[in-house]
Amino acid sequence: MTSLAFDQVRVDYAKRTAVASFTDTVKPGEWLCIIGPNGAGKSSLLRAIAGVVPHSGRILVDGSSLAARSSRRRAQLMAYVPQSPVLPSGMTGAEYVLLGRNPFVTHFGRESELDHSMVDDVIERLDLTGFATRDVDTLSGGERQRLVIARAIAQEAPILLLDEPTAALDIGHQQQALELVDTLRLEHGLTVVSSMHDLTLAGIYSDRLVLIHEGHTVASGMAREVLNASVLAEFYGANVRVHHEDDGTIVVVPSKREVLK
Amino acid sequence: MSMRGASRWWIPAAVVALACSLLLGVMIGPAGPTWWRVPLELLNRLPFLSFDSGLTETQWAIVWQIRAPRVVLAAFVGSTLSIAGASYQGVFRNPLVDPYLLGVAAGAGLGATIVITVNRSGTSSWIIDPLPLIAFGGGLIAVLVTYLVGTTGRGERSSISLVLAGVAVTSLATAAQTFMLQRNSDVIRQVYSWILGRLSSATWSDVRLVLPYVAFSTIVLMLHRRLLDVLRVGDEEATALGVNVSRVRLVVVIAATLGTASVVAVSGLIGFVGIIVPHAVRLVVGTSYRLVLPISLLFGAAFLILADIPGRVLDNPAETPIGVVTAFLGAPFFLLILRTRKNER
Repeated sequence: MTSLAFDQVRVDYAKRTAVASFTDTVKPGEWLCIIGPNGAGKSSLLRAIAGVVPHSGRILVDGSSLAARSSRRRAQLMAYVPQSPVLPSGMTGAEYVLLGRNPFVTHFGRESELDHSMVDDVIERLDLTGFATRDVDTLSGGERQRLVIARAIAQEAPILLLDEPTAALDIGHQQQALELVDTLRLEHGLTVVSSMHDLTLAGIYSDRLVLIHEGHTVASGMAREVLNASVLAEFYGANVRVHHEDDGTIVVVPSKREVLK
Repeated sequence: MSMRGASRWWIPAAVVALACSLLLGVMIGPAGPTWWRVPLELLNRLPFLSFDSGLTETQWAIVWQIRAPRVVLAAFVGSTLSIAGASYQGVFRNPLVDPYLLGVAAGAGLGATIVITVNRSGTSSWIIDPLPLIAFGGGLIAVLVTYLVGTTGRGERSSISLVLAGVAVTSLATAAQTFMLQRNSDVIRQVYSWILGRLSSATWSDVRLVLPYVAFSTIVLMLHRRLLDVLRVGDEEATALGVNVSRVRLVVVIAATLGTASVVAVSGLIGFVGIIVPHAVRLVVGTSYRLVLPISLLFGAAFLILADIPGRVLDNPAETPIGVVTAFLGAPFFLLILRTRKNER
C-alpha cells in the first residue's frame, strides 16, 4: 500500500490562485475525501496531483517526490478519473479500458497479450462483458462511469484519484459506483483521494474529510467532526440539519429557510 | 474482441486494391502499347519468367519512363496526404483538419510563385530545378512561423491557438502571393497550373527527390498510431495516462509537415485527399488510428493513382489538373459514404 503526502501544494492559474497551500498526509489504504463549495479548488488539487496542471510545493508518494518523475512513471503510480471523462465515439468498451495500460507500453510499442488478458479480466470482474464490444457512445451515464473506473483499475496504480465520481449519476448508480470503488480499494489496497459534492455519501464512504474553501483547508477530520451545521453554513452558505444515525452515519439534510425561523 | 477479428482482412484488401491500381495505372494512357500487353511484359521482366508481350523498346520506354514514375509519384502523394491528414486530425482532435492546416500549402504556393515570377526562364538551365526546393522551403517556413506564434498557450488552448495561427499564416502567405501575381500578371497561368496540382511531368528523379521525406514521415506517423488513439481522450486525460502530449503533437506535426511539404513541392496542391480518404476509411473500418493510419496510407495511394487516370485520357493532350479530378471524384464519393452510413444506424 502506498502513502501520499502534500507539502504546501499550490496551484496558480493565469488570473487566480485555485489552491493556496495544501498540506496533508494520506495514509496507505486510506480514502480521503475533499469537500468544499463550487470553485473551492477541489478539482484543481486533484488535477495537480494527477500532473495535469502545474503546481508548486511538493507531492510525495511513499516519501519520494513526484517532481522528477516522467508523466509515464507518474501514471504508473496514480490513476485519475476526471469529473467529465471523454469517451471517444467509435471506441469499443474494451479498447477504452485498454487505454489504461498505456503507462506500461513502451512509446512505440504495442500492448502485450498480458495487457489484453489483464483488460479482459478487469472487464469481467466489473461485470462489463456486455459492453466490451459496444461503442462507448451507446452506453448510459452509469455504464460509462463504470467503464471509466475499469480503465483506472486496468492502470494498476496504487493510488486512485476520483474527481466527482458520482456527479452525473442517480442515487442508485452513485451507490453502485462508490461501492465498486470501496470494494476495489479493499481488494487491491488502494489509496483513494476523491472530491465529492454529496456530503452524506462523502461521510459514508471516506475515512476522512478535508473541507477546503477558496483554496485553503478550513476543516479536516472524521465525518462527525467536519460535518456540522455551523461549519457548513459558514463555508457553503447552506442551511442544513445534520442527523446522527444510530449506526454512526452522518446525514446532511437541506432545510428550507422557514424551518430555521 | 472484434478489433482483433474482422479487421484483420482490411489490410490485405487494401494491399490488393493498391496493387490493382498500380497495374491499372501503368496499363492505361493516351499513347503506348495495347493495355493487356503491359502486364505480360512486366511478368517477362521478372527473373526466371519469360513471356512474349510483343512490346517494342519505345513502348516499354513509355510504360517505364513516363507512366511508371507518374504512378509511383501518385501513390506517394496520395498516401502521404492521407496519412498526414489522418494524423493531423488525430493530434488536433478535429475531423475537419487537413494536412494544409498549418500553412504548408500557402507557404509552398508562395515559394513557387516567387520562383516563377522572379525568373522562371533563367532557372531552366540549372542542374537542379529550384521550384520544388523553394516550394518545400516555403511550406516548412510557414509551418515554423505558425508553430512559433501558436504555441504560446498551454494545454488544450495550445492546439486551438496553433490552428488559429495556421489560419493567420495561410492568409498572410496567400495575400503576399496575390500581391505578387497582381504585379506579374503574365505568369498567372503558370502559377495557377502549379496550384491546381499535376503529376504529368513526373520523372524518376522526382520520385527519388521525395522518397526520403515520404519514407521518414510515413514511418514516424505509423509508429505513433497507438498514441494517437490515447490522445483521443483529450490532452488532460492523455497526460494522466502517461503521454507527453506536447512532445507527441510536435513530433507528429513535424513528420506530417515534412511529408506534406515534400509531396506538395513536386505535385502542387492536390486538395481533398487528406480529408476524404481518412474519413472514408473511418466510416468503413472504424475510428481506431491503428487501422485508420495504415488503411488510409494504402487506400490514399490507390485513390490518387485512380484519380490520375481520367485526367490523362479524357482531355488529351491538355490534361485536366489532378486537383480538379480529386475534387470532382472526392466530394460526391464522400457524400455517398456519409449517406449510406446514416441509413445503417
